[in-house]
Amino acid sequence: MTNAPHTAKRTVGWMGIHRGHKARPAEWLAEKLIFLVSLTAILMVFLIFVFVAREALPLVFGQMNSAAARPVIPAKEMGKLKPDELRDYLALTPEEFKRLDKEALTALMEVREEEGKEAPKDKDATVNTTEWKYLFAPHEWSDSRPEDRYVWQPIGRIHKYNLWPLIIGSLKTTIVALLFSVPLALAAAIYVSQLCRPSLKEWLKPAIELLSGVPSVVLGFFGLMVMATFLQGVLGYQSRLNAFVAGIALGLAVIPVVFSIAEDALTSVPRSYTQAALALGASKWQAAWQIVLPAAAPGVFAAVVLGFGRAIGETMVVLMASGNASIMSFSLFDSTRSITATIAAELAEAVFGGHHYRMLFLIGAMLFIVTFLTNLAGDLIMHRLKGRLEGKAK
Amino acid sequence: MSTTTVKASRLDFRSRGFDFVSFAFTSLTGLATLFILGVLAIIIANVVWHGWSTFSWRFLTGSADQDMFDVNKAGVLPMVIGTALRVLVMTVFVVPVGVITAVYLTEYAQSTALTTRIIRGAVNNLAGVPSIVFGLFGLGFFISFIGRGIDGGAPEPHWGKPAILWASLTLSVMTLPLVIVATEESLRAITPGLREASLALGATKLETIIKIVVPEALPGILTGGILAVGRAGGEVAPILFTGAAYYMRDLPHSLTDQFMDLGYHVFILSTQSPDIEKTRPILFATVLALLLLTLSLNLVAVIVRARVRKKMRAGH
Repeated sequence: MTNAPHTAKRTVGWMGIHRGHKARPAEWLAEKLIFLVSLTAILMVFLIFVFVAREALPLVFGQMNSAAARPVIPAKEMGKLKPDELRDYLALTPEEFKRLDKEALTALMEVREEEGKEAPKDKDATVNTTEWKYLFAPHEWSDSRPEDRYVWQPIGRIHKYNLWPLIIGSLKTTIVALLFSVPLALAAAIYVSQLCRPSLKEWLKPAIELLSGVPSVVLGFFGLMVMATFLQGVLGYQSRLNAFVAGIALGLAVIPVVFSIAEDALTSVPRSYTQAALALGASKWQAAWQIVLPAAAPGVFAAVVLGFGRAIGETMVVLMASGNASIMSFSLFDSTRSITATIAAELAEAVFGGHHYRMLFLIGAMLFIVTFLTNLAGDLIMHRLKGRLEGKAK
Repeated sequence: MSTTTVKASRLDFRSRGFDFVSFAFTSLTGLATLFILGVLAIIIANVVWHGWSTFSWRFLTGSADQDMFDVNKAGVLPMVIGTALRVLVMTVFVVPVGVITAVYLTEYAQSTALTTRIIRGAVNNLAGVPSIVFGLFGLGFFISFIGRGIDGGAPEPHWGKPAILWASLTLSVMTLPLVIVATEESLRAITPGLREASLALGATKLETIIKIVVPEALPGILTGGILAVGRAGGEVAPILFTGAAYYMRDLPHSLTDQFMDLGYHVFILSTQSPDIEKTRPILFATVLALLLLTLSLNLVAVIVRARVRKKMRAGH
């Protein structure tokens, strides 16, 4: 804090805003406004969660029904239903329900009865696939091979919403990306912050950070058009686009994130640590590996955590380079589909407000929660590291 | 992980001649650095190599109304205009909010106060929200909630549909952390003496901030803005559902129109092209245009930032 008073409390007013002894209403108002505007970031994180989750709520509370055939109530028995039940049964909004008179409602009941007669009678047709047990537990569908039981297939007559293929897909690409990018980025961070000449550092750091200026759609394009062919030629696997290719391309997006956070953490270790080690006869590498790295370990860990958050949330790279087949497979060389790519590819086709639409918001909300927690963890770790190093330096 | 747990023998650094291990690892980390730079160079070189022959003035200023998949007729002007528009509108929203937040954080907030910690946490968190979640947010909040709210159930939605305005607002939420962090850095680079001199002359705190601190921090604010533009210019996921159009005959007329976009066009050309071999030159040239845009912006930001950092070191 550059100009925080040393003898604290006297001038500190509400929420840390300073107040002089003469009241200046305009200035007071401006300061309050500045404070309010600065709350925007908090408000936005809150709104993102609320409005993504809001669209998914009917699913969470089990109010959606995706079954192709629903139980039919004969039109004659309309009088027995309560108004709410009737409205629910006919799937009308309250306004629509109010506008319709009894005759129209009876007509609708008859239409439903006719539909019910034509509806398929097999056992899958009555299944509400949006129930939690179908999202996570395996199910034997009559229209696929008996062993294909974890299925994400939101098209056709029965929308199947098993989440495991997507979760496995996301994890596969993320793990490949981290295995590829973390060693590289950490090595580069150690080299740039500790080992190379300062004059070289001035060039290397911005050059590597320039990689973050390459848009993810370009990395996806590069993975799809160039790397996929190259890697297939070298490794000789079956499907050209797969989790491995997507993971490597994704790694290129993760490298700048891990690099800049790790480099920051390593640089924030006081120079006196290194100097003491060098004075004892250590080489630069020994000082970096045995002194600086342990001291900055939490920061390096935070870099990896935030890199994970970036990797699992990246969309365009995975959408373009992974092949996009939602197969339940643990092989890295199978075409795969991640959570993010699923949202990007399917939301445009989903009916507004329908169960498919809400399902995509649900997995989006899950993704948000995962990245929220990883970001929170990374932030806390970095904060503690800063406190620790500053405390030690003094 | 404190250093006291390391065995004493491992901290015996007395020289025993040529230290091969140190040499090997220094080289290895150096090679890793070189590898990363090499990949970056390969990406750029590859795009320039394949895209250069198609990349021309006609390509940049040609419209897409004839055939966007024909090498000799396709142009990217509508996409360039669309991208520029959404990014400009975004800047109008994000820079004031970002700068004011940074001013609060550096000039007013107590660094240890809980509110400050929460604001900082929220800023860091916002930076890590997946871009596709921003897209969902834009659809769920700006279009469904605000847009349809303004329409009020009109049969033909005017606001409650994808548009430049909603795409820009979504992007401005996404790039807010970039602007805040860059501005904060440059505000901290200003010597306290400057503020104290202004206060000693009788200026109030607000006058000092408006007339002395913010003008002095202008390079940093500029960096933040440029970084935000560079980042947002290449993002596709947040605009997929909030405004980008696959194809439009005309240029957008108002903020409630949809738009064509460079990044989205790259996505279309690489995944939904009718004939990938024939459209390959257009694809590479479009990528080249996009890369030129984002990389040059980032380069400018890097240079301005390096100057700010130099000043900071000189100041303290």
